[in-house]
Amino acid sequence: MLRIHDISKTFNPGTVNEKTALSHLSLHLEPGDFASIIGSNGAGKSTLLNAIAGSFYVDQGSIALDGRDITFTPDHRRSVVIGRLFQDPLRGTAPSMTIEENLALAYLRSQGEKTSPFSRIRKKDKELFAEKLKLLGMGLEDRMRQPVGLLSGGQRQALTLLMATLVTPRLLLLDEHTAALDPATAEKVLELTRTIVEENHITCLMVTHNMRQALDMGSRTLMMADGKIVLDIAGEERAGMTVDGLLRRFRAGTGHDLDNDRILLSE
Amino acid sequence: MLLITQTALELGFLYALVAMALFLSYRILDIADLTTDGSFVLGAAVSVSLAAAGHPVLALPAAMAAGACAGFVTAFLQTRMGVPSILAGIITNTGLYTVNLMAMGWKSNLSLLKKDTIFTMLRAVSGRLGSAPLAALWEQWYELLLAAAVTVAAGVLLHLFLGTRLGLSIRATGDNRDMVRASSVNPAFTVTVGLCAANALTALSGAVVGQYQKTVDINLGTGIVVIGLACLIIGETVLGRRTVGRGIAAVMVGSVTYRFIYAIVLYTKVVPIEGLKLFTAAVVALAIAAPTLRAGAGLQRRRLAAGRKGGR
Repeated sequence: MLRIHDISKTFNPGTVNEKTALSHLSLHLEPGDFASIIGSNGAGKSTLLNAIAGSFYVDQGSIALDGRDITFTPDHRRSVVIGRLFQDPLRGTAPSMTIEENLALAYLRSQGEKTSPFSRIRKKDKELFAEKLKLLGMGLEDRMRQPVGLLSGGQRQALTLLMATLVTPRLLLLDEHTAALDPATAEKVLELTRTIVEENHITCLMVTHNMRQALDMGSRTLMMADGKIVLDIAGEERAGMTVDGLLRRFRAGTGHDLDNDRILLSE
Repeated sequence: MLLITQTALELGFLYALVAMALFLSYRILDIADLTTDGSFVLGAAVSVSLAAAGHPVLALPAAMAAGACAGFVTAFLQTRMGVPSILAGIITNTGLYTVNLMAMGWKSNLSLLKKDTIFTMLRAVSGRLGSAPLAALWEQWYELLLAAAVTVAAGVLLHLFLGTRLGLSIRATGDNRDMVRASSVNPAFTVTVGLCAANALTALSGAVVGQYQKTVDINLGTGIVVIGLACLIIGETVLGRRTVGRGIAAVMVGSVTYRFIYAIVLYTKVVPIEGLKLFTAAVVALAIAAPTLRAGAGLQRRRLAAGRKGGR
């Protein structure tokens, strides 16, 4: 499914700000895998997602999706099959356009090559949008002609999630997508994520700063430090793992304590 | 008074296309496109040259194509070559000066004497109207009719275009580029299409103005971008800009209003006519600065209020 082989990325090489964000990292995701990533500040979690999405090209190594090498594919081409959510709920939607128009853009994504650039939103599409919006349980289906700028952060993030999965992506990247929301809304968006990912069997990579979440959500837990994956557990080992156990394993793997000023050790 | 009204309406509709182009580039794409001055003259030069050669109708699409090329150059410089967008426009604009002279046969002005234009062609219809009063009415209003028809048609087409997949992508580009990339659209492409369309509209305006005035001068476009912005802002103040349709209607209202003010100033001489560009520039600067000024004034007020509370 996703095969990352020995990738490295150094920012600002040759300057005082030189920073090796990814260092000889390899990762392989099976179809249907839901992996959560946790790690210290600056461990390279977001950088890894950016590398996969194509925000920059890696200095070395290769990335393949579904057997196709995408190492040098520009980001807007990768987004045909990769859906993505950021921590900032404002990044995924266009504020001055209506909910309907935002969804239309996301919907037309997959059909990019097939439909004419001059195709318009059809009535059938609108019905589909309303139906999908209803699943969010936020009453957005009655506000489809309102600009997205009027929605709250949580509503916008839920809408972005819907847009990213409206056409089932091959891979979904979630970069702490609930971190900027209030606890109740975060819980709701997380629940929606779980439902949508499970129902559509989406392969998913989620960065989180919540240790509990990293163990509860999905099927695999990865820990990162210094641009590498230092721990990768799944199956029975993961089922029996506790937050304390995870911290001990981290220390054993890296030789120092997990250091993240935002990390949540428990609920 | 009727003459003033009529002229203001005619010029208002003719120049509304420039404001419409700026609505697309400045409001929707969020790019200050300084190619505008040059592509306006380019449109006029191509149009008048072709009309002089006996093709007044063909002149319009040809002028639009020329304008689209100018927009493409600006877009290419900023999206593929990394030239800052304002500079890209200035560079193209500077180059266009030579191109415009070339389009006018290396002369700095060109006139259409006793040649057919789209306006004279339409005027000739009056001969076929039969009754004399009807013909007289036609001869009085045909120019406004044509100016309004061209502008309204362009507005309707632009509105339809902005509702398509490509149009939605262009609108999202000015709003949130990350999101455009995430929708598998290359923002470099949408910026290019947007600027081509905007400059085609500007050139169309130049083309119709050129044939309306039966003359083109190399300096015809000086300051047209600021005047266009003034029209855009006046229109938005009157109609608001909540939806695309409203925005497009607003540029027409704004442009006609601006020409009314212009005509009244010209007629009453409250402001010397030479001072009108300075006046326009000041109005545009103030209108664009308004949000900052308002925020600054609010802060001052709070500061003063807080000072009083301190009670010295």
